[in-house]
Amino acid sequence: MPGTPGKPGARDIAVVAFAQSPHRRRTDELSEVEMLMPVLHEVLGRTGLRTSDIGFTCSGSSDYLAGRAFSFTMALDGVGAWPPISESHVEMDGAWALYEAWVKLLTGEADTALVYAYGKSSPGELRDVLTRQLDPYYVAPLWPDSVSLAALQARALIDAGDADEPALAAVAARSRAAAEANPYAQLTGSVPAGDYLVQPLRAGDCPPIGDGAAAVILAAGDTARRLCERPAWICGMDHRIEAHSLGVRDLTDSPSARLAAERAGAFERPVDTAELHAPFTSQEIVLRKALRLGDDVDVNPSGGALAANPVMAAGLIRIGEAAARIHRGASSRALAHATSGPCLQQNLVAVLEGES
Amino acid sequence: MPEVLSAPLVVEFPFTRSLGPVQSAFLTGLRERTVLGVKTAGGGVLVPPVEYDPVTAEELRELVEVAPTGTVTTWAWNPSPRRYQPLRTPFAWVLVRLDGADTALLHALDAPGPDAVRTGLRVRVRWAAERTGAITDIACFEPYDSEDSGPAAPHDGRFADPVTGIVAPARLDYTYSPGRAPTDYINALAGRRTVGERCPSCRKVYVPPRGACPTCGIATAERVEVGPRGTVTTFCIVNIKARNLDIEVPYVYAHIALDGADLALHGRIGGIPYDQVRMGLRVEPVWTEGGRYPDHYRPTGEPDADYDAYKELI
Repeated sequence: MPGTPGKPGARDIAVVAFAQSPHRRRTDELSEVEMLMPVLHEVLGRTGLRTSDIGFTCSGSSDYLAGRAFSFTMALDGVGAWPPISESHVEMDGAWALYEAWVKLLTGEADTALVYAYGKSSPGELRDVLTRQLDPYYVAPLWPDSVSLAALQARALIDAGDADEPALAAVAARSRAAAEANPYAQLTGSVPAGDYLVQPLRAGDCPPIGDGAAAVILAAGDTARRLCERPAWICGMDHRIEAHSLGVRDLTDSPSARLAAERAGAFERPVDTAELHAPFTSQEIVLRKALRLGDDVDVNPSGGALAANPVMAAGLIRIGEAAARIHRGASSRALAHATSGPCLQQNLVAVLEGES
Repeated sequence: MPEVLSAPLVVEFPFTRSLGPVQSAFLTGLRERTVLGVKTAGGGVLVPPVEYDPVTAEELRELVEVAPTGTVTTWAWNPSPRRYQPLRTPFAWVLVRLDGADTALLHALDAPGPDAVRTGLRVRVRWAAERTGAITDIACFEPYDSEDSGPAAPHDGRFADPVTGIVAPARLDYTYSPGRAPTDYINALAGRRTVGERCPSCRKVYVPPRGACPTCGIATAERVEVGPRGTVTTFCIVNIKARNLDIEVPYVYAHIALDGADLALHGRIGGIPYDQVRMGLRVEPVWTEGGRYPDHYRPTGEPDADYDAYKELI
């Protein structure tokens, strides 16, 4: 076992398999379950498990993306929920579904868990849809869209001297170059910075809008060792939230990400890889500082959310990508991060390790 | 493969929200061109005000008045305003710390261009001509060259005829595509045929098809025509008249297992008194001119189906 996994007395739990869909601007020909099903089959295939072997299933998605109530129940068709299974859903990114599954496994109620997440942003206007998560009294009536709110944060960062526009562009260029090695990415290679969407953010500073899905299998102890040659052990995981109102926060910092990382044990030893859920270039700069990531850390070797940002799955993909790197032996200790809400309001950090 | 169907889908809701004492005072204040903040135990002033301290979670009730002038703390130039945003012409989103406040309020700033905006810019509220007690009573901010007008003054937060709630309308527009399997189903219905899909594993025929077998969790693809006749597996008698529905009550709504299907659809039963509908009743669809799906199902006159023939489909 690596270092000190989990808390004393806790069970050892690992990510043992990860799969994702190709992320595309539109997938009109596919219903959500049709988009999701191949991913579920792939992740189960990696472990040889069948649905009936899975102890707990948890998913993340959003009705606001689908434009329909209880949209996740349709996606359940892809799981095979008969005979009845133990199942739960979070109206959040799948990273939080993974957190719930991890807790379930920690209690000993299950030995394996299937976690999946999906989102189709193509049917609606994502920038408008995301305004519906804002404070309904003081903010949502003004319809400030996701890019505008991120741009306020980027300006604060520039004013503070933490970044300038070339530095933001460099983040985008590095992410999209890295994504060339990622066959699932939506946007790869040399992408022009483009015009301002909302100044100071150019098109190149913003994530692509698209559809996609991802799935992960968690397993405990010897089950994990049996299912995976080199399991990605979850050493710690924590998530924290900040005040909803942007006007009471220091937008140049992410104290919730830092606290989550601290509680997840991220600062106990250096990590070699960090998969950050930073949909905007400026947010990577905030997170690098908050998470104390030096230049020696390989940040977003997958290309990150700037290369593919299927809303509700992009955070789970960060955990999956970090785990897959450990599975391949390309990383021995990785940090995975997921975010939700405007300007990094909520943050989840997981620390994963492979056995040496 | 025929083109996948798509159609506009509008989700619209007028959320009616009640206000607590602090939000009520703040929004009523805006109606009266008065901006209120709330004082924390540490002596800070939060604008916009909240009922609980975001740091200590302490209850906050002490209102104070702040100036309608302030300073931009951060901004973003929005060259193409979206549908419901405060201004139709390009504008800046701003966080403004009003004079007397310690936190910033999000709103729009009317300015000729990004060169006219900077962090530290002095601004003032431009009030909406008609005010109802909502954040949009502030039409926007505008540049205003003035000194800081100093600390917040006490205010009892009382107004005649306070606003106690808001209606927050929201509309989102989607283009909905049901995917391949439901497209096939809807296209077949246009020809007054009902199609399902068979699971390659459990061999069950699902109707309407969704492209997946919910039991096995695998893709379904083999198209199977079912019906048109079927059997009532279970039913209920509806006694409440639905709005915008021109059907006399009581009427019967039933689960109908079309012949060849392994899942019951639902539909209305007509052509028979409501109190004579029964499990096992054999029915067939009735189409109206131009109808895109069966209007209702009526008895075929066949003998009732054996319970054993449909018990698995209830």
